[in-house]
Amino acid sequence: MNNPYLPKLYKILNIKAETAMDVTYKVEYEGHVIGGQFMEISIPGVGEAPISISDFDDTSMDLTIRKVGRLTDCIFDLKVGDSLFMRGPYGNGFDLNQFKGKDVVIIAGGTGLAPVKNPIRYFANNPSSIKQLEILLGFKTPKDILFPQEIEEWSKQCHVYLTVDQPVEGWEGKTGLITTHVNSLDLSDVDNKVAIVVGPPIMMKFMTLELLKRGFQEENIWVSFERKMSCGIGKCGHCKIDETYVCLEGPVFNYVKAKNLLD
Amino acid sequence: MGYRLTSQQFDNYLTQLSIKYQLFAPQRKSGKGSFSDTDLISYGPVTSYEDMELQEKSAYSPKEVFYPIRETLFQFINNKIVEPEIDTKPIILFLRPCDINGIKRLDAMFLKNGSEQDYYYLRRRKLLKFVLIECIEGFDSCFCVSMNANKTEEYDAAIRIEGEEILWKVKDQDLELEELKLGVTQDFEPQFIQENKVKVTIPLVEAVTKETFNHELWKEYTSRCIGCGRCNAVCISCSCFSMQDVQVSKEHNIGERRRVWASCHVDGFTNMAGGHQFRDKNGDRMRFKTMHKINDFYKRFGYHMCVGCGRCDDICPEYISFSKCINKLNEIVMEGQKDE
Repeated sequence: MNNPYLPKLYKILNIKAETAMDVTYKVEYEGHVIGGQFMEISIPGVGEAPISISDFDDTSMDLTIRKVGRLTDCIFDLKVGDSLFMRGPYGNGFDLNQFKGKDVVIIAGGTGLAPVKNPIRYFANNPSSIKQLEILLGFKTPKDILFPQEIEEWSKQCHVYLTVDQPVEGWEGKTGLITTHVNSLDLSDVDNKVAIVVGPPIMMKFMTLELLKRGFQEENIWVSFERKMSCGIGKCGHCKIDETYVCLEGPVFNYVKAKNLLD
Repeated sequence: MGYRLTSQQFDNYLTQLSIKYQLFAPQRKSGKGSFSDTDLISYGPVTSYEDMELQEKSAYSPKEVFYPIRETLFQFINNKIVEPEIDTKPIILFLRPCDINGIKRLDAMFLKNGSEQDYYYLRRRKLLKFVLIECIEGFDSCFCVSMNANKTEEYDAAIRIEGEEILWKVKDQDLELEELKLGVTQDFEPQFIQENKVKVTIPLVEAVTKETFNHELWKEYTSRCIGCGRCNAVCISCSCFSMQDVQVSKEHNIGERRRVWASCHVDGFTNMAGGHQFRDKNGDRMRFKTMHKINDFYKRFGYHMCVGCGRCDDICPEYISFSKCINKLNEIVMEGQKDE
């Protein structure tokens, strides 16, 4: 009998500090992964938590983890060569075929950038797969900016608009809430534009409303939900919203469905 | 086959059954009730007829027999995973039709929700045989008839108490033992309750709209419900759990992962890393539970989750009645339809 709860050990290949709070762990992994899926990561005796996969290739996956609790504190003690327990991947992830040939806008707030990092990299490296790519990113302060080198890289291939809520001295970029920067985007032919919005619940709520106001079609907006997935396989009930299990049918939802998911 | 047995003959039979099976039935636990000088009726291991309390409704559902409140999933010993063995002696469970129907709901959640089957649930579930306790009268808070959960054919044996004697029907040949031959052969078909004192009308699944979510009704529960989660604990169909890790020895790197029952009414159910939570008001949690029981589950499986056992009404320290909640919701939905 298959026991889906048993985690396996995976070796940490690289550790990279993104900010003072966020660290990306590159972990040895071979297997089918879709950007936007998540893993259940654990440390024996400490706990297990769902973490989104920020990127992957044929032999590894990246997990960008924020230090927010007991488990992540312990993960932060790990070194290259140590191993992590994981099971997964779980969830649907982003179906990149949906975006083929389209005018794509990816909007991410804070750690919401992690689950869309792989789709961004894919579109940036395969510009012919879509018509246009624009990226709108928001962080609390300049210190919270995730993947700065990658953002730099993406800027060479597409339009990247980056804003911080609270600027510090010397900050020369955009400031203010991400929702106030929708105008930066190319809003011509908005009827055919496709948007991916990922971030804190409040940001996703107001950003999707903002996009609709600008003429985006509901069916062209995709969001990714963050919930407390305890089992990842549709049993524990923590991520249930109405008749939907975020771990099974999500975390990526089309807005047509997402707008009716009320907690 | 059906048999009429004296309690002595029945006990001899149970003794024989106990060789191959563990028997679980409702038991009267003297003085263990919620209030002083009251008894608790709950499930426990039994070996004789005298150990059982078959006349009353158990305060807790039989789910605790095969879905433990706290279950060790595995131990970590220096990064090695060790799965604890369980007692694989088959179990005979004495229960009412509503509970058998409730277990059908648990099966749906653990075995049919998503593509993976729940290993820990399945390994205990496979051990179960059901003895149907005939239930014709029901109890004050029951509304199983309204929930279409008053009848079942999913049992291996059935029992009726007639004064000092026991009527016993065997469906599963494994339970047909020599000891039964000492009784009188008598055909016996268990009957099912046809009408409860409490009746509910479930609002049509498609008639429940998002407008109902913001209705004043739920605000009442914000002020009444204290979020203790007793309703979830006693419910036969509540299946939610949380993962929990425990460190036994940091030095030797020994720990274990458990799962424990979780309650959608209790604080922390939706808490995510970083502190964000959903449904912080108790009324919202009442709405969430209600919708699951009589709306959401139906959309996934085609029948309602609630079986109308009424245990949540019996246990609530705030005297919140789930059946009344369903009826109130139905009235609101009906009103809404009239307005349109």
